[in-house]
Amino acid sequence: MSATPVVEVRHISKHFGDGPTRVDALRDVTLDVYPGTVVGLRGPSGSGKSTLLNVIGCIQEPNSGQLTLNGERVYDGAWLRRDLRRLRLEKIGFIFQSHNLLPFLNAWENVAIAHILAGTAAAVAKQRAEELLAYLQVEHRKEAMPSQLSGGEAQRIAIARALANDPRIVLADEPTAALDSQRAGTVIDLLRKVAAERQAAVIVVTHDNKIMDRFDHIYSLRDGALEASYANAA
Amino acid sequence: MPATTYAKAGPLGARSDPDMNLAVKDIRHNLGRFMLTCVGLSLLLAIVLAMVGIYRGLIEEALGLARSAQADVWVVEGRTRGPFAEASRLPADSREAIAAQWGVAVAGSVSYQNLEVDHRGQIKRVLVVGAEIGRLGEAPAIVEGRAILRSRYEAVADRRTGFALGEQVRLGRDTFSVVGLTENLVGSGGDPVIFITLRDAQRLQFLLTPAAARREIARTPEAAQSSDTVNAVLVRLLPGVEPKQFADSIARWKHLSALTDEEQETVLSRSVVERARRQIGLFTSLLLVVSTVIVALIIYTMTLDKKKSIATLKLIGAPDTRIVGLILQQALAMGIISFVVGMILIHLAQGYFPRRLVLETWDALALSAIVLLVSLLASAWGVRTALKIDPAAALAG
Repeated sequence: MSATPVVEVRHISKHFGDGPTRVDALRDVTLDVYPGTVVGLRGPSGSGKSTLLNVIGCIQEPNSGQLTLNGERVYDGAWLRRDLRRLRLEKIGFIFQSHNLLPFLNAWENVAIAHILAGTAAAVAKQRAEELLAYLQVEHRKEAMPSQLSGGEAQRIAIARALANDPRIVLADEPTAALDSQRAGTVIDLLRKVAAERQAAVIVVTHDNKIMDRFDHIYSLRDGALEASYANAA
Repeated sequence: MPATTYAKAGPLGARSDPDMNLAVKDIRHNLGRFMLTCVGLSLLLAIVLAMVGIYRGLIEEALGLARSAQADVWVVEGRTRGPFAEASRLPADSREAIAAQWGVAVAGSVSYQNLEVDHRGQIKRVLVVGAEIGRLGEAPAIVEGRAILRSRYEAVADRRTGFALGEQVRLGRDTFSVVGLTENLVGSGGDPVIFITLRDAQRLQFLLTPAAARREIARTPEAAQSSDTVNAVLVRLLPGVEPKQFADSIARWKHLSALTDEEQETVLSRSVVERARRQIGLFTSLLLVVSTVIVALIIYTMTLDKKKSIATLKLIGAPDTRIVGLILQQALAMGIISFVVGMILIHLAQGYFPRRLVLETWDALALSAIVLLVSLLASAWGVRTALKIDPAAALAG
């Protein structure tokens, strides 16, 4: 394990509302995620998993604490960067529960759009997208529209899109929720491969107990606080 | 898992022109719905174009007869703005008095009378113009046949009357032979014009049925004889004579008024077709408002349909300019496609309108600019909605 974590969460707190309606979504959460590892975030509904993922993904602003991504302090009581979308584009790949492929783009275009948003020319973006689809073994479906893809194929293409700009951090929000256990296992194995080969830190929010043994490290949240943290045996 | 290798992406920041147009991709994805909306909108815009065309046609028709007379000054009954806006009656000998004035090149008496004519079993409304042979006011620009040469019972009709060359037409109690045809010459009410001699027109206007004539002679013998009146005297001036000055000098004769050709056109375009102009203007504005609302609703609905896609785009790092561009481009595409289809439709349907439709390039250009503006305005709602979409919405199952 590398000495420098890719994701450093320090004393992060986040609450919604004030006074009697205040809800503490995150309470003094501290965790590190190292490159090349796949980390699971588990906990019951309302435990703060998704809020933590949103904070790490720079989508929701916490109320206090520090957040460092790939060695760059991005939050310290306030966002330290104004262009958070650019930050996300450059450093973070997102994988969603229901793949969220753009329905009006075909498979390779869904991957290439991430390259294009980063400023890559369309021809180069297409070439890179095809390489990624080949890497994830769905190149033969590159012309298919999302509505023509199976759940597993769509999720692989979503993973390809998340990897498009070679991010050091991949955040996955229940990526296996819509898949059967066999496909769910395949997706997590794929994420393990990505983490290992690309030295990325992969954080997966999940409820799925069947895949818990495939994570390198599991953080368990309850009522917004870190309840337990344990590493799986190699 | 097979050991497929992947070449990592190069460093970010090497910017080039991205050319994956999301607006076009989304339109292609929903092509049927988009085109159906465009067709609906194009019908509305075609109606807007038709309204503008009808208005231009009204003006053209209203001015057509006055312009064709090629008069510099219209002498009419005192304190009237006749003969089109108001009734005007002058003694026929006014022409001689006016023709004798300094500065007059030619002068001609004319009469105007609306009439219903039975033509092959169909009742047609026409405007009968009585003019003197060889003088100002007679039929201009004959496209087929010849001008009236005989002093009685010859007519030159506009093609819109449906009369054929050589046809015998009954006007009042007399039968006329159509010797010539004009094209697109109608009165301000849209009725096609028939030219006959002034003498025939006076007879047509004032000749009573025998029974009515007997009664009138018994009642007021003098009045029954006074049919030698005209509606206006048209004057063409010698070069260098100022029409306004001449008109003012004629107006000093208390029983006459005079309008320059310019004033006559103003009276026709402002007074005679004013109500129609306002009505059409109101309808056109309403249709443009309806078009704006339709574009706004469609763009808003399309934006709502893409809510998750927009949230995903924002989440993966798309800047607002790209999101706004997507919506604006779709709104503009909708406006442009609808306008072009509307133009094609109205050009195809132009000949089927009962009144003349005049489609001018400048009107089309102005409307295209308005449509672009309307599209931009209409997209504002969709843009606002898109900008308010939270990227976190992409994560919600």
